[in-house]
Amino acid sequence: MAMPLLEIKDLKLDFRSGEATLRAVDGVSFSLNAGETVCLVGESGCGKTVTALSIARLVPSPPGQYAGGEILLEGRDVLKMSNRELREIRGRVVSYVFQEPGASLNPVLRVGSQIKEALKLHRPHQAADAEIIRLLKLVGIAAPESRLKNYPFEMSGGMQQRVMLAMALASGPKLLVADEPTTALDVTIQAQILELLNDLKQRLGMAILLITHNLGIVGEMADRVAVMYAGQIVELAPSGDLLRQPLHPYTRALISSVPKLGLGARRLTAIPGNVPRPGDFPPGCRFAPRCPIARAECARAVPDLVEVETGRWVRCPYWK
Amino acid sequence: MALLEVKHLKVHFPVKHGVLSRVREYVKAVDDVSFTIDSGETLGLVGESGCGKTSLARAIVRLTEPTTGSIWFQGEEITHLSRSELRARRRGFQIIFQDPYGSLNPRWTIEDIVGEALDIHHLAPNKSARHERVAELLAAVGLAPGCAQRYPHEFSGGQRQRIGIARALAVEPRLIVCDEPVSALDVSVQAQIINLLQDLQQARSVAYLFIAHDLAVVEHISRRVMVMYLGKIVELAEAKTLLRSPRHPYTQALLSAVPVVELASKRRRILLPGDPPSPIHPPTGCPFHPRCPIAQFPRCRTEIPLLREAGAGHWVACHLAEPDVNVTEQDRGK
Repeated sequence: MAMPLLEIKDLKLDFRSGEATLRAVDGVSFSLNAGETVCLVGESGCGKTVTALSIARLVPSPPGQYAGGEILLEGRDVLKMSNRELREIRGRVVSYVFQEPGASLNPVLRVGSQIKEALKLHRPHQAADAEIIRLLKLVGIAAPESRLKNYPFEMSGGMQQRVMLAMALASGPKLLVADEPTTALDVTIQAQILELLNDLKQRLGMAILLITHNLGIVGEMADRVAVMYAGQIVELAPSGDLLRQPLHPYTRALISSVPKLGLGARRLTAIPGNVPRPGDFPPGCRFAPRCPIARAECARAVPDLVEVETGRWVRCPYWK
Repeated sequence: MALLEVKHLKVHFPVKHGVLSRVREYVKAVDDVSFTIDSGETLGLVGESGCGKTSLARAIVRLTEPTTGSIWFQGEEITHLSRSELRARRRGFQIIFQDPYGSLNPRWTIEDIVGEALDIHHLAPNKSARHERVAELLAAVGLAPGCAQRYPHEFSGGQRQRIGIARALAVEPRLIVCDEPVSALDVSVQAQIINLLQDLQQARSVAYLFIAHDLAVVEHISRRVMVMYLGKIVELAEAKTLLRSPRHPYTQALLSAVPVVELASKRRRILLPGDPPSPIHPPTGCPFHPRCPIAQFPRCRTEIPLLREAGAGHWVACHLAEPDVNVTEQDRGK
């Protein structure tokens, strides 16, 4: 079987905050194969963004400090790479798009020159208007010739996000990491962007790591899903299986707490309390204080992530 | 008699150009909107950014002044009331906001934030009565009375939203305008706030104008739902009806764009081309015609469709609305 494109093994990431050391990512492991879409799902503060940023070692250090684990991208450990090696993988192997395209684009440069910058770094012989236009067409921007000279503020959010995608794709990455790429966009524009991502994935054979808190997007986009809570993965499974039959109490609670279109006005099952922040984690299982099936043993030790069926992992001994 | 009646409301913001600040154009944020809300009911309002829903929310409580049109609250027209007359009426309607971090004064204690309205309307005869009433309100929204002495920064987003709700409830309003109250909250906390709003409605018979861009949330909590596009209402119906048989092509596209968790209900996605147009230069005729999969010319380009009753309680603003419009890719030919 082919080696996975990305393999994260027992990743641990700390942040120094004054005197304290907070562990934001605590033993995260999962893999991603070429051409696959994996969704990383969780609420704010669960560690999904910093996990994703770690893949290209984009977490600034200080205050970030890796405390263990490996990130194998095409078999090589990113955490041990030199700056020169990192520059080679950034863009060529892995590219990013983020949530707020307006914040990621330089407001004083025209869109064409921003894409050209990405090309100059990775494919300097093709850093010309013709290639920029080709990329804009690839991401579905109409009349691309007229868009070269636009400034970001002259474009809508959806169009800005397409420009970000064009920049990310300029280097021909094998893996696209998209951190909540549609959260700031209207639902009809979101549908366009998600459709575009799927289309690009097919055409370019690209793998996607998609971070989201929206379970609907998981249903539409993911081959497999990893659910994160308080710095750890609590469930990992093929997306259809997870959505039809979630096993971890947190996943179950999350799915029942989301109103679903067409299911009528029944009462939502709210999860009591709040998501714990790094530094404030309860002893033992981190979900126990909010868990409907928690028992005394749960506070004693953090449960292991166990493979309960092929490809289905759960971090809870009482999921049955 | 309806609790709230809005008639032909327009909110147009002037766009000032040049050194002399001459007004040459207007942002037609709300452009001829009419609807009613009955006592104790929840009317949902959905639309994407720029459709005018927030401007409408603010205009109803006169945080923004309407340009023309009338607003009737409990049978009284309120757009021409003076500031002091309006203040007295504001016991009847309140608003809660989207941003739990921006909507609470960071330098005031929770007691002062929730108690301010009690002071303005002289609803608490002395300090201890006020203190008691604030404790009651905090308990009603699921917060411990001890919270009263603390400051907003000590609370999470969900808790701050509860404080905002307690503040709105202080004057015992008949109507609360909820402007995207859960959009900024974590998924697991959204359900708590939605349930709270429903419980409060049961206990106090308060009506809501519930604004959100998340269709699933709106459909869950509302009895009837309005869809806005570029300052106009394009469809209004009971939530179930809107969901099962949407008649306006924009509503159909909106519903088909929502990503679904339930994989069994996969429906064909209608992808709208391009972006919504600018409310400064809205298209002629029907505002949706440039992106509409079934637009027919010249009528759709020249004539603004009126909101017409297409079925019992089901209103649509479309020249071509049919009960079973089945939009296929082929129908896009113009």
